[in-house]
Amino acid sequence: MTSSPESLASAADPAAGAVELCRELVDDLSFGAVRRWKERHPGALAIGYMPIYVPRPLLDAIGCLPVALFGGGDQIEIIRGDSIFQSYICHIPRSVVELGLRGRLDALDGILFPSICDVVRNLSGVWKLLFPDRYSAYVDLPQNFDAALGGRFYLQEMRRIVRELGERGARPLDEDALRAAIIAENDRRAALARLDALRLAEPWRIPASEAYLVSRAGAVLPTAEHQALVEEYVAAAAERPVRVHDNVRVVVQGSFCEQPPLALILTLEKAGCYIVDDDFQLGLRTIEGAIEVAADEDPLAALARAFLERGAATASRYVDEGEKGAALIAKVRAAGADGVIFAAASFCDPALLDQPMMESALAAAGIPHTSFKFAENTGQFQTIREQAGAFSDSVKLWGTTV
Amino acid sequence: MSLQTVKNPHPPGPPLPKGEGGARRPPPAAKDASQERQKRMIAEHFQRLERAREEGRKVVYTFVPGNLTEIVGALGMLPVLPEINALQSGMRKKSAGYIAEAEKAGHSEDVCTYVKCDLGMLRSGNVGPTGTRLPEPDLLLLSYTGCFTFMKWFELLRQEYHCPVAMLHVPYQAEGKISPEMRQYVVDQLRDKVIPMMEGIAGRKLDLGELSRRLELSRRAEDDLVAVWESARHRPSPIDGYFGGVYYIGPIFSAFRGTEDAAAYYRELRQEVEARVARGEGPMTPDGPLAEERFRLVVEGPPNWTHFNDFWRMFSRESAVVVASTYTRVGGLYDTGFRHDGERPLESLAEYCLGCYTNLSLPARIDLLQRYVETYQADGFLINSVKSCNSFSAGQLIMLRELEKRTGVAGGFIESDLVDPRYFGKANIENRLQSFLQMLAARRERSYA
Repeated sequence: MTSSPESLASAADPAAGAVELCRELVDDLSFGAVRRWKERHPGALAIGYMPIYVPRPLLDAIGCLPVALFGGGDQIEIIRGDSIFQSYICHIPRSVVELGLRGRLDALDGILFPSICDVVRNLSGVWKLLFPDRYSAYVDLPQNFDAALGGRFYLQEMRRIVRELGERGARPLDEDALRAAIIAENDRRAALARLDALRLAEPWRIPASEAYLVSRAGAVLPTAEHQALVEEYVAAAAERPVRVHDNVRVVVQGSFCEQPPLALILTLEKAGCYIVDDDFQLGLRTIEGAIEVAADEDPLAALARAFLERGAATASRYVDEGEKGAALIAKVRAAGADGVIFAAASFCDPALLDQPMMESALAAAGIPHTSFKFAENTGQFQTIREQAGAFSDSVKLWGTTV
Repeated sequence: MSLQTVKNPHPPGPPLPKGEGGARRPPPAAKDASQERQKRMIAEHFQRLERAREEGRKVVYTFVPGNLTEIVGALGMLPVLPEINALQSGMRKKSAGYIAEAEKAGHSEDVCTYVKCDLGMLRSGNVGPTGTRLPEPDLLLLSYTGCFTFMKWFELLRQEYHCPVAMLHVPYQAEGKISPEMRQYVVDQLRDKVIPMMEGIAGRKLDLGELSRRLELSRRAEDDLVAVWESARHRPSPIDGYFGGVYYIGPIFSAFRGTEDAAAYYRELRQEVEARVARGEGPMTPDGPLAEERFRLVVEGPPNWTHFNDFWRMFSRESAVVVASTYTRVGGLYDTGFRHDGERPLESLAEYCLGCYTNLSLPARIDLLQRYVETYQADGFLINSVKSCNSFSAGQLIMLRELEKRTGVAGGFIESDLVDPRYFGKANIENRLQSFLQMLAARRERSYA
């Protein structure tokens, strides 16, 4: 067994400041950063959105602050949320409701619920019943990826959101503003890609737990501010002293929309795993690569095209071509990973129904894997640490699981 | 989702077998002509499926909500409905083994048990309710209406069968209405994607005249089905709109919508129900005709299939009648006015898909339940929340409170599952139901006082 990575930086670490700031932003369930942004932008709207994906540049372009909601994690006691969702429903809707009912989301002028699963779909209705005077909307992302069919419908959906937010004070959609917002988003994504690339090459330098915090800090920041923060962290991490451990390289897969507690990611690292790739905050990876806009192209059409043509094979997207699991195998190989850890939220139908297909594909490809479930407020990690440690040891000893 | 091949709840002739609950059944009533007709229709359908390969007929696996049975039929193809296979496996006490089989293969205990039951059945030889192996699909017709799990289900089946999938993405009625954009999106997919793909599999062009003819047959059946639902306004109600209702939806939710057989079945059923009204009779139950109607209930959520008759008896033995249910609208919501329309074939099919019950927003579902409570003068409403079905279950607790607030009528809440017997706690469910009914009785006494 190995010692833990140099995660969650110490004071002597040049990346410590950035990590600490990110942690504060992630831990702040009162969304202070959003409140401060609204003070700086009187009259502008802050629009929350549930995982997995909404087109953030669209919100940016009409002067809104997109705010990614990931529930309450392990930091909020659920009381009223539990009175709305049965025990066999996943955890994130109850913590989102809890945040709303406690006034923690009051800084938001509206919430978007993208079409990802039945629970989030129904949560959109629960929200309308609980908060009838607040704006909320369901965003039906197409499962038909033909530009003339799903593409046209998606354009109509985006225009509807623009129109509805316009009625509440957002700016009208302007092509130049959208083009600029897409460029800014691409810059941010490029910064995140550099973060991922450094983690992939030197995971001892960028633990997944830190990468998680740095990327998730973007949930409450304007695009350019987040990009700057990511770049600051990457530059600092490149300079930090490191110690290389004899860890296995793993890909973590399956978090879908509910996020594992940070302590769980740290637990995997302490169990001897370098998490070289993952699908936490899946929305960041929904579109592969940059959103390309031709010079003479309507940027809204470009946004739609990116979703249709460059959408990643996730559990929320219908995959009608190729074999399920092919994308995961490609990811494992690209990452030079030794194996895969499936970590899905309990009662998450999409992730858990996807998992056997992924496991079959991995088995056929001879890639070791193991799995466990979590809830966003999971507080006991000993079993997971033992399981991940055994997985790590067996991969190191035999190159496979037993 | 609906019931296709089911045992008659009143099997003929003594000596009386013990029921699921161990109670002796009273002498059953004779089968109605409609029951006999449905039985024959189902038997013939499975015979057609048995002969499908030798006769060169193509087989389409598809789902109940948002099904396109008229198109399937007009192209000469035969539908198989995996949800119905699963519920029948539940009724035949085979689902536990099938689910165990799927869980052994790596499927989580957390996920939809219809899916696991179907996969377990497939791994166990895919033997259908008539005891013969079901033909493999030539096409998986993924009508993605009201349930995300359908998408995963057919991704899983595609891996098993390696056959084409035709996906129809049906937008969600989040605002409780169908926008022109939503309708057009579905029509465009049908015209440009789904139908051409089905034609390619069938090896022939879709005859629009034949499609229109079938849609007119659907409309006739729908008119009669609505009359059956609305008969529950009478006191006593001549029907049980939940337990009895799942028999009534059998043909129209499955392979028979748009057929002469279905039109004849619903005409016959309507006449039988009207005759019961004329005679002042209550509904049939597993133990014979209901003699007294003490409680009129509206039920939200699917039934449990593994203990279906036990579950039904919990109601009927307390003289509780379900006057309306939402489960019986999951494969088509007709009593708010929608009808298939041969003059607008694709448009009306799109509206059908968009209008299925679980494709409605939570507020719209509450509106419908409120309407049922008021229209059918229910004494109470009950939610059977099933662990397997997030589409139905997520949000039902707030539906309960909202409906109580709007109607002043008391709501009850029980939990079970579709086809996993591990989640049917008989004593617990019975206790809750009896407490609920006692509360309704106490309320009634107080109101009389």
